[in-house]
Amino acid sequence: MDMVTLTIDGRKVQVAKGATILEAAKAAGISIPTLCHHPDQAVKAVCRVCIVEIQGQRTFQAACAYPAGEGMVVKTNTPAVREARKLIVELILSRHPQDCLKCEKNLHCELQELAENLGIRDVRFEQEVREFAEDHSTPSIVRDPSKCILCRRCVYTCHEVQGVGVLYPINRGKDAIVAPAMDKDLADLACALCGQCTLVCPTGAITERDDTAKVWAAIADPQKHVVVQTAPATRATLGEEMGLPAGTLVTGKLVAALRRLGFDRVFDTDFTADLTILEEGSELIERVKTGGKLPLITSCSPGWIKFIEHYYPDLLPHLSTCKSPQQMFGALAKTYYAEKAGINPKDIFVVSIMPCTAKKFEGQRPEMNDSGYQDVDVVLTSRELGRMMRQAGLDFEHLPEEDYDLPLGISTGAAAIFGATGGVMEAALRTAYELLTGKTLEDVDFKAVRGMESIKEAAVPVDGLNVKVAVAHGLNNARKLMDKLAAGQADYHFIEIMCCPGGCIGGGGQPFGTNNAIRGKRIDAIYREDQRMEFRKSHENPVIKQLYAEYLGRPLGEKSHHLLHTHYTPRSKY
Amino acid sequence: MAVATKKPSVLSKSALAKVDQIIARHKDQPGPLLPVLHALQAEFKYLPEEALVRVAIGLDIPLSKIYGVASFYTLFNLRPKAEHVIRACESAPCHVRGAKEVIEALENALGVKVGEDTRDGRFTLELSSCIGVCGVAPAIMIDDEVFGNLTPDMVPGILARFN
Ligand code: SF4
Ligand code: SF4
Ligand code: SF4
Repeated sequence: MDMVTLTIDGRKVQVAKGATILEAAKAAGISIPTLCHHPDQAVKAVCRVCIVEIQGQRTFQAACAYPAGEGMVVKTNTPAVREARKLIVELILSRHPQDCLKCEKNLHCELQELAENLGIRDVRFEQEVREFAEDHSTPSIVRDPSKCILCRRCVYTCHEVQGVGVLYPINRGKDAIVAPAMDKDLADLACALCGQCTLVCPTGAITERDDTAKVWAAIADPQKHVVVQTAPATRATLGEEMGLPAGTLVTGKLVAALRRLGFDRVFDTDFTADLTILEEGSELIERVKTGGKLPLITSCSPGWIKFIEHYYPDLLPHLSTCKSPQQMFGALAKTYYAEKAGINPKDIFVVSIMPCTAKKFEGQRPEMNDSGYQDVDVVLTSRELGRMMRQAGLDFEHLPEEDYDLPLGISTGAAAIFGATGGVMEAALRTAYELLTGKTLEDVDFKAVRGMESIKEAAVPVDGLNVKVAVAHGLNNARKLMDKLAAGQADYHFIEIMCCPGGCIGGGGQPFGTNNAIRGKRIDAIYREDQRMEFRKSHENPVIKQLYAEYLGRPLGEKSHHLLHTHYTPRSKY
Repeated sequence: MAVATKKPSVLSKSALAKVDQIIARHKDQPGPLLPVLHALQAEFKYLPEEALVRVAIGLDIPLSKIYGVASFYTLFNLRPKAEHVIRACESAPCHVRGAKEVIEALENALGVKVGEDTRDGRFTLELSSCIGVCGVAPAIMIDDEVFGNLTPDMVPGILARFN
């Protein structure tokens, strides 16, 4: 590899040719402040916070965009550089509401942190905050454009990562703002509600809708039997909300924390993830055998569902009719569990802890009431649960490890891996193989479908059939697969799509600070969880067997059809 | 089943056909967006939302980007304008040579604020980025005509020429 050597703040640094000054400085242990820069995004160089002095150059240069050159002498910390950075940030602050104490981003805000790091104690410009209407039009995302600093990170993510592209800088000069076309509400647009924009926004300009008050109220209501379910990915991420390092598995502590918050029963979405595999696996087998619509495409990711409804309505018949595990859980909690526990379903209040903002939308879809009630009452993101745990003053790190409640808390390793890209596919293959061949699958690890590669393909011989599968995560990758499918060039049997990069561990409701490096650590944690489980195939889950024996009958049976399956709504793009 | 847009049409059939012709004419050239927007504005005097949606579909560019571009350039009208559009330059050279007073005189003479149309539908008053005639600052444009070296007392006379 071609290397260049340069001097930064008096220290010699060697980096690969093509590296930026920002990267070179990092390699030398010097951290240059940034704002519009994001490690998973292309260079934007719009905020100018990362300016440095380069010997022989008349003006400061943006370190995030300027390539390190041989023999270059760079200074990152001169009085002039510090002063210029301060001025830039003070200019931003002069147009920014000073709302920190009441802001959702308080203590998680990059602008706040930057102001602190630069030692800003005074803003030397007249305060001129722009007033914009907030957008509360969706159940998932709240936009507060007055806190927008025009960094364009959300634009990059929405267009390049998610292939949706509803946000863009509009207007000019002092009226410039990042917003949807015609400054419309998100509810009137083909937005997937994925929440990936909330993860990259450095400020409080885009956040999730906070529903914690509804949950506190339900817990305080003696009339209500409040049950909670935890999504597979949340056990690999909630530690971060409570100050633990990324990749810490907190399954048992999470259960203990939820009990201490006052939930009457702590159940697991992993249980219905196993159930999904039984239903979806059977659907795959049926479609293969009867010449049904192939490839079958997974349906557990609600951002993906909203995306395909808007952008590829012609392909909807490919979707599995299975509800997502969250919705299967809600439907069973207010029927099967209600009967078993002898509780009137109208008194049962179902809360979900999800990695996802789109799940809030899914919970409110009008068709999601097959129990006779709204199946899932409130969906909280990981961030909101973190907030509740902090409000309750839980000493999370020192909580004991507790077990989920019976019966809806029993699950397998196959369910745990639903939290990572490729996991649903792998879980389905483990079960489909055994159901079709009647033989025991010795090696349950399908490594070809794991990991952060954008589109993964594999062919698995099952009972004389070479099952061809594909896995995509992030909607722009999903788009590539769907374009292939629409063009008749995708001869797969089964496709897994997860809306968010890395799968649910990288979901739009996960802790602020999520980036691809952190996603990788969480994925490792998910597979550790799989390893430590007693059962690693969904059809071996003893409670699932019991559920079919005493209540549902069989996969794809009449009762399953009524409670566990759904239909989709074609929507327009504009 | 493909549902491209959910809204009922407000443009006439022949207007929509015009939009499609314009898109088709520029579709295959590099950087088709600006030429398409110019042609649409020449045709309709403004950029109807429905036309922009058709451009988004026709050129396969997200509507947000198209609107971003259309709203960046002050020369594009995003809503129907009055008979005559007055664009008062707000760039620095005009500003330092008294644009503010000229704009106030325009507001007084027309009885509207910047961004509004006169009640009789004859004038729209707008601000503009630099119109490129800094040598005669402060300047305004009315439709395609430039008026420079302005003082507030010249305003009524200029407006009278459009009556
Ligand atoms: S976005 Fe950040 S800087 Fe702005 S009010 Fe919120 S916490 Fe404070
Ligand atoms: S929620 Fe997703 S699709 Fe919607 S604006 Fe944000 S990034 Fe784009
Ligand atoms: S909304 Fe947030 S991410 Fe988007 S441009 Fe504004 S500050 Fe940046």
